[in-house]
Amino acid sequence: MSEHDHHAEEAPHSTFKGYMIGFVASVILTAIPFWLVMSDVLDSRNATVLVILGFAVVQIVVHMIYFLHMDFQAQGGWTMLSLIFTVVLVFITLFGSLWVMYHMNVNMMPSMMGG
Amino acid sequence: MSSSFSSTTSSDPTSAVFGRLSWDSIPYHDPIIVGTFAVVAIGGVALLAALTKYKVWGYLWKEWFTSIDHKKIGVMYMVLGIIMLLRGFADAIMMRLHQAMAFGENMGYLPPDHYDQIFTAHGVIMIFFVAMPFVVGLMNYIVPLQIGARDVAFPFLNNFSFWMTASGAVLIMLSLFVGEFAKSGWLAYPPLTGILQSPGVGVDYYIWALQIAGVGTLLSGVNFVVTIVKMRAPGMTMMKMPVFTWTALCTNILIVASFPILTAVLAMLSLDRYLDMHFFTNDMGGNAMMYINLIWIWGHPEVYILILPIFGVFSEIVSTYSGKRLFGYSSMVYATVVITILSYLVWLHHFFTMGSGPTVNSFFGITTMIISIPTGAKIFNWLFTMYRGRIQFDVPMLWTIGFMVTFVIGGMTGVMLAVPPADFVLHNSLFLIAHFHNVIIGGVVFGVFAAIAYWYPKVTGYKLDPFWGKASFWCWLIGFYLAFMPLYVLGLMGVTRRVSHFEDASLQIWFQIAAVGAVLIGIGIACFLIQLYVSYKKRDQLRDETGDPWNGRTLEWSTSSPPPQYNFAFTPRVHDNDAWWQMKQHGYKAPREGFTPIHMPKNTAAGLVLSGLSTVFGFAMIWYIWWLAGLSFAALVICTIIHTFNYKRDYYIPVEEVEKVERQRAEVLA
Repeated sequence: MSEHDHHAEEAPHSTFKGYMIGFVASVILTAIPFWLVMSDVLDSRNATVLVILGFAVVQIVVHMIYFLHMDFQAQGGWTMLSLIFTVVLVFITLFGSLWVMYHMNVNMMPSMMGG
Repeated sequence: MSSSFSSTTSSDPTSAVFGRLSWDSIPYHDPIIVGTFAVVAIGGVALLAALTKYKVWGYLWKEWFTSIDHKKIGVMYMVLGIIMLLRGFADAIMMRLHQAMAFGENMGYLPPDHYDQIFTAHGVIMIFFVAMPFVVGLMNYIVPLQIGARDVAFPFLNNFSFWMTASGAVLIMLSLFVGEFAKSGWLAYPPLTGILQSPGVGVDYYIWALQIAGVGTLLSGVNFVVTIVKMRAPGMTMMKMPVFTWTALCTNILIVASFPILTAVLAMLSLDRYLDMHFFTNDMGGNAMMYINLIWIWGHPEVYILILPIFGVFSEIVSTYSGKRLFGYSSMVYATVVITILSYLVWLHHFFTMGSGPTVNSFFGITTMIISIPTGAKIFNWLFTMYRGRIQFDVPMLWTIGFMVTFVIGGMTGVMLAVPPADFVLHNSLFLIAHFHNVIIGGVVFGVFAAIAYWYPKVTGYKLDPFWGKASFWCWLIGFYLAFMPLYVLGLMGVTRRVSHFEDASLQIWFQIAAVGAVLIGIGIACFLIQLYVSYKKRDQLRDETGDPWNGRTLEWSTSSPPPQYNFAFTPRVHDNDAWWQMKQHGYKAPREGFTPIHMPKNTAAGLVLSGLSTVFGFAMIWYIWWLAGLSFAALVICTIIHTFNYKRDYYIPVEEVEKVERQRAEVLA
């Protein structure tokens, strides 16, 4: 509404170079898991799943840095703070629900716990 | 199951047009509802006739309904809250009266079926359509003024949010006269609310009213987070924000983070009911306990959404009426932030008895006890603010002291319930009912009345009459204790909630005392309404010209009462967390010249139109009137798109007008 609101805003750093780095990194980070699965590189299925998950996390970070332009300075740190807050809450919601429901099943329906 | 879609294809031609709706849906055989309807209809017609006779429709439309001024929207939220409080209280007094008589031979006057709808409606209305509008209304009015802004970040969205909330309220009210309301309790647990156990429209009214109102709540949450983060006056760093603004920020963060969970849970319940899915059914891999788990991940933050801004209200009031800076400002802020985060770690205490076992229960029991520590710190901060202060016992301060005593009792019974073994005894009993009314009435309701008494002169330009304010306070306070202390006793004796008939005659006396308490609360509400009327009549005596009747400390008191449309002709510079107090100490004089035109948003009817269409859409979905649902949804999308092409959204208040308003103000002050 008034002049003072706009002084701290930096426009997102959308450079061609930044987008290209992000794009190439995403392609590589997608190609490797694809290759891992298609050529059966790792012996254990679980190991493959874990490695793919690892690549997925790196992929998320790449997207956030190069496409969503997140860093510790953007919007005076508010973007990062809200990201951390969101991650913590999503973690609490998912992990908490799994934990609560798992214990309930163990206690209330041991027969359905698969032996 | 072949519930939903088959109904449109059935052979009955009327169902294609009216869905499930027929003359039988109107409960004309129930004398209580018909009587209520008659009163509402006569009152409504009288009101409409009066509005037409005195030609205020144009005024209402131009100055209020389409207004995107945060102050007017705030007032509309408060009016909605008061209206719905009357409805919610009517439900309460009916329950108290019924329980006081339904012993042995006497079956009371409400059939069990009706009684179940009443306690459900009471809970839903009081939380979603009384407490929430009050809290959002207070934030709407006060936050932009406290941070030195001219409006919220998204003024149109604010108007839209209000009307969506009102749309939910309309659907709930409609359920009284067309069809029925849910009989499931205020959180609508499945499998009771599944289509097999609740085939009627009651649960659908519940779902769509909350979903539509939820859109409004979520958007106003986004709006206020952005407003507080981005639009503070220069110099107002985070640690110089008034405490009410801090608590409003935390509350809105909680809204943004938790309301999507409610939306998702209700969406899954609707999929179960409408499309034969199995998220929460007993068969096909569904798990009703997951609903309870998820809805409380929203539900617990929700109670802090209600109480945090009220803590802010009391902080403002205590320091103003003690004539002192708030004791322990930074500890107050940290306590608020800690409560915000901890509120996500305690949800399981609402269902200790569901069977997650000692590991899980003890974790949540301990987190629940921990959350009482920052809350306790706040109580001590208020006490230390009062200590050696020059306390003025005006009406807001009475409410504050009443709150401190009552809320501490409610907090202690809360800690008792946080002990899992104790909870196994007290769960689902009237002890629990007494506990949460103890914190919600003693906290939120007292806080809202304190806030109304405190900020009323800012809104209207005249103070509220203190006599009727005190009468209302004492009726509420004594009425509360009479109504709910007996429930603690009954709960300890093992009486469960939501029961409509009793055999043990020895319990009756407690219910009768509780009913007397409820009547006293009713007198308290009446005193409040009389207070509004009397104060309006005596407004010339009660007038406040200064804009700062209580010798306030924060920026809202630096404006005239009511504030000009643009709030501040010049954005204030802030040097202290009691910004206005500091300005007064330094002999601040409002600038007399150098005004510039002020850029303001324009009124729009888009919010009202969209909310009206949402109401129609909700009604059509509830009654399976698919063509109308499709039509109104398409209309919603089209109207939204049309609104995005509305480029005439802003205008400038010319310098001459700003100068005129400011000159008048200077003359009044001189």
